[in-house]
Amino acid sequence: MKYTEEHEWLRVEGDLVVVGISDHASEQLGDIVFVELPEAETTVAKDDEVVVIESVKAASDILAPLDGEIVEVNEALADNPALVNEDPTGDGWFFKMKIEDMSALDDLMDEAAYKEFIA
Amino acid sequence: MADTTGADLKQTVLNALHRDMGAKMVPFAGYDMPVQYKLGVMQEHLHTRAKAGLFDVSHMGQVILRPKSGDVADAALALETLVPVALLELKEGRQRYALFTNDAGGIDDDLMVANRGDHLFVVVNAACKDADIAHMQANLSDTCDVTPITDRALIALQGPEAERALAVLAPAVAEMKFMDVATVDIMGADCWVSRSGYSGEDGYEVSIPNDRAEEITRALIADEAVELIGLGARDSLRLEAGLCLYGNDLDPTTSPVEANLNWAMQKARRAGGAREGGFPGAERILKELADGPSRLRVGLLPEGRAPMRAGVELFAEEEGGAPIGTVTSGAFGPSIERPMAMGYVATSHSATGTRLFGEVRGKRLPVTVADMPFRAATYKR
Repeated sequence: MKYTEEHEWLRVEGDLVVVGISDHASEQLGDIVFVELPEAETTVAKDDEVVVIESVKAASDILAPLDGEIVEVNEALADNPALVNEDPTGDGWFFKMKIEDMSALDDLMDEAAYKEFIA
Repeated sequence: MADTTGADLKQTVLNALHRDMGAKMVPFAGYDMPVQYKLGVMQEHLHTRAKAGLFDVSHMGQVILRPKSGDVADAALALETLVPVALLELKEGRQRYALFTNDAGGIDDDLMVANRGDHLFVVVNAACKDADIAHMQANLSDTCDVTPITDRALIALQGPEAERALAVLAPAVAEMKFMDVATVDIMGADCWVSRSGYSGEDGYEVSIPNDRAEEITRALIADEAVELIGLGARDSLRLEAGLCLYGNDLDPTTSPVEANLNWAMQKARRAGGAREGGFPGAERILKELADGPSRLRVGLLPEGRAPMRAGVELFAEEEGGAPIGTVTSGAFGPSIERPMAMGYVATSHSATGTRLFGEVRGKRLPVTVADMPFRAATYKR
């Protein structure tokens, strides 16, 4: 698992990358009540605002972690946004994307580096 | 995201207790206050509706108005010069909601006024308390001693188990009705209790001497039905109950008529009443009571799941046109399991059931004008 400074995690599944937010981020945001996902088959550039999450406290944007194409989104979040709190690194994933250059992942933090980042 | 150390912030006497109980502290109205505890906002809200929640509201201003004549009617008449509310009729042992208005007919704060026999006891909002106290001292000192009470904490115990939990320590509170006030002995401390609150639930507010506040609060939360509740859930509870938050839904430019608070302005202070007018901004307020306001506070239910928060502009049409209103409070309602809001709209668009559009992140999303409260209150009348 890789992490961004925006508290997203990325996990490689075959030729796709699954993206969600970290346990730490989910905890800090509080109870999540709404998730607005992008359309599948959307081409995105790194740092594009692709997901809006609203917690009981505020709205936050989730940025595209890398250049690529969003190929699948987690439709279950529309009816059950609380999945992001219950299982942020599992069932609470946001989208799967195809990344042109998988080596870009190497520049992201690994788990140990992320733990240090949030400490 | 970092925890605030609160170096420049004031603290209530329960500050150590909050930290001890795992509160996330935030600055609020100059105080270091708990926004949530370990349960989180959603569960704290639901717990209050299901059992009982205890809120530290010691940051609010407690003030005594003691009439120099010894007759509480003189204090009531004096305070009536600052509020469009009938206080002369407020009986001993009863409490009433009131509003400080300004010369422009806007609202400078909302408050609770209790008749405690030989004096009035007033509770005002934390953010406004210094100004409110100065306002009362400037205008009431001829007839009253205006004394801020700084040696007492204030807690609210709200929810269906509030009566049982408080009655364990003070059986007399079970006999009180909504908006009754009484002096009650709790664990040997002289406490001022009202059967009221700001959650839409039955419950109490209890003013406790500072040196006994933590001990009594700990005794209450030792009850398995009682949880500490932070400001986050306090906000969603009051919004579900259709209650205004000063600074969001009420402000110095908004009149009580626009705010749909006509129920708080009794006949005696209206045109043709025994003590008509005689409060700041009476000209505008009486005119709006007669002719209707140009805009009105309404409840709003977004159709989708996206919350519409304070500042969202409201439109009559899905495309084009100028805004006809603005959201002033918006959140997810944990008990009604949907987003909810309140705001101000042109009176022409204020009828219940009117479909409007709120602009959220550049998109106009449907929202319907709805009756409040969103969840029926459970006061013990």
